[in-house]
Amino acid sequence: MRVGLVCPYAWDVPGGVQQHVGDLAEALVGMGHEVSVLAPVGDAEGSRLPDYLVPAGKPVPVPYNGSVARLSFGPRIASRVRRWIAEGGFDVLHIHEPSSPSVSLLACWAADGPLVATFHTSNPRSRAMAVSSPALRSAMEKINGRIAVSEAARRTLVEHLGGDAVLIPNGVSVRRFAQAEPLPGWPGEGGSIGFLGRLDEPRKGLGVLLDAFTLMAPARPSLRLLVAGPGDPSAAMAAVPEHLRERVVLLGRLDDEDKVRAYHSADVFCAPNLGGESFGIVLTEAMAAGAAVVASDIPAFSAVLDGGAAGELFTAGDPAHLAERAGVLLDAPERRAELSLSARQAVRAYDWDTVAADVAHVYRTVLMWGGAGNGHPQGVRLDTGPRATALLRRGAP
Amino acid sequence: MLFGFYLSWRATRLHRLHHRVDIARAGLEAALHRRRDAALALAAADTGAFGGLSDAAEAARHAGEGQRDLAESTLSRALRASLESHGATGRWELLRPQLAEVEAAAKGVHMARTFYNGAVSDTRRARRSRLVRAFRLAGTAPLPDFFEIDDQPPRIPLLPVGPDTP
Repeated sequence: MRVGLVCPYAWDVPGGVQQHVGDLAEALVGMGHEVSVLAPVGDAEGSRLPDYLVPAGKPVPVPYNGSVARLSFGPRIASRVRRWIAEGGFDVLHIHEPSSPSVSLLACWAADGPLVATFHTSNPRSRAMAVSSPALRSAMEKINGRIAVSEAARRTLVEHLGGDAVLIPNGVSVRRFAQAEPLPGWPGEGGSIGFLGRLDEPRKGLGVLLDAFTLMAPARPSLRLLVAGPGDPSAAMAAVPEHLRERVVLLGRLDDEDKVRAYHSADVFCAPNLGGESFGIVLTEAMAAGAAVVASDIPAFSAVLDGGAAGELFTAGDPAHLAERAGVLLDAPERRAELSLSARQAVRAYDWDTVAADVAHVYRTVLMWGGAGNGHPQGVRLDTGPRATALLRRGAP
Repeated sequence: MLFGFYLSWRATRLHRLHHRVDIARAGLEAALHRRRDAALALAAADTGAFGGLSDAAEAARHAGEGQRDLAESTLSRALRASLESHGATGRWELLRPQLAEVEAAAKGVHMARTFYNGAVSDTRRARRSRLVRAFRLAGTAPLPDFFEIDDQPPRIPLLPVGPDTP
């Protein structure tokens, strides 16, 4: 089938939603569907764009949802969206973050026909979701099938818009992470713990891990930390005693290939996030790499780790508990091997092949394809607007 | 005149919502139908282990308007009971296509019902509006009802897969 995907955020800026849309597009193409992705692109010449991408115009930085998002909006963008829909001949339109004031909302307004939407936001105080103006409501009413990427995202959606959504988690490309050489010099003798994530964002929990390391370091003289990710580490590192700092190895931002290797480079992988995490893409990537995971017991992580069967859980924000759990794992190679195996098993449910098949199932449900057999051939058309003009000609009601 | 415009816009929205409910209802019927067929096919393929499913599926097929939700819920529970109670046996390997179809069909029921209830909830909210009631914008269309059943899909134990399975 022909699928039109709409991504509201600038394609050339890395981000979770962009990654999701790109991976989904590739998985759908792999399943034999025709895919076109509409997204804002800042620098259409400079960056290499995939074949399926249609640039919607230059994005503008907008403070949105607690950070700066790069969005595209306005009449010129709207006419491009309309042209893309008119010329696309799509069977179904799949809009990501439909309420974001960007090409997503424009596409909702412009389209008439089978619409599917995926909600990523899990911010309970999200301003964009709280707006229930008639204009936004009229766009949301058109959506035939809603998907939420996590239980938290689903709850946010239920609170702000009412109704319900089908839960289809974020995918991870298991194959990409399954095999890799460790980085040179890792994991090394004496044990190592890995961390990936922004260093200067407190809710990623690097501080908790460093505190736990400070507790564990005296008894384990050659224990090392592998810390990879962008951001300024100085605030978090200040809490680590001077003489231990050389054992915290900061690798900075890694490219995609080294990131995969990093997941294979530590004996134990730690996800100490304090909350605000809707799903935990880092966690599923580590699981796909077969890492022995110790993670905080926030609901999203507990769900992904199958309640602790596929990785150890510790009380979120408690360094002593983390130190204890991680210590047990460091001393028990056979337990790590066991966890690695169950992690690889559990992560299969999040493999893009599985996830994209579920998404395609949503398309077929909305289109009523398969089963009854009577196709729904109309596809996505431009919304001709209210038939007000026609009514007015005949005289207002 | 502007008010006329606005009223007509509201009427168009409401019309569209009713249309969405109709489509979603048809999708739900198709999904339930597919699940009954999948259960019957599985029962026919191995009467020893899954023969019990055919009763539940037949009951769901012939249930009257008032009993459908109960009968479909019973089928959901029957599927879970027969697929979750005991682990996968070697014979399940031969039933792979039927099991996969049951799994997909059960997921489809959950999706279709979620989308149908979503359409119903949006429509009912729109029809509560004072404007819609005062001007009878909904016309004679009946107020759609939610379809509440237990549709939790069965967790089919993963068939034993060796590391070398292609």
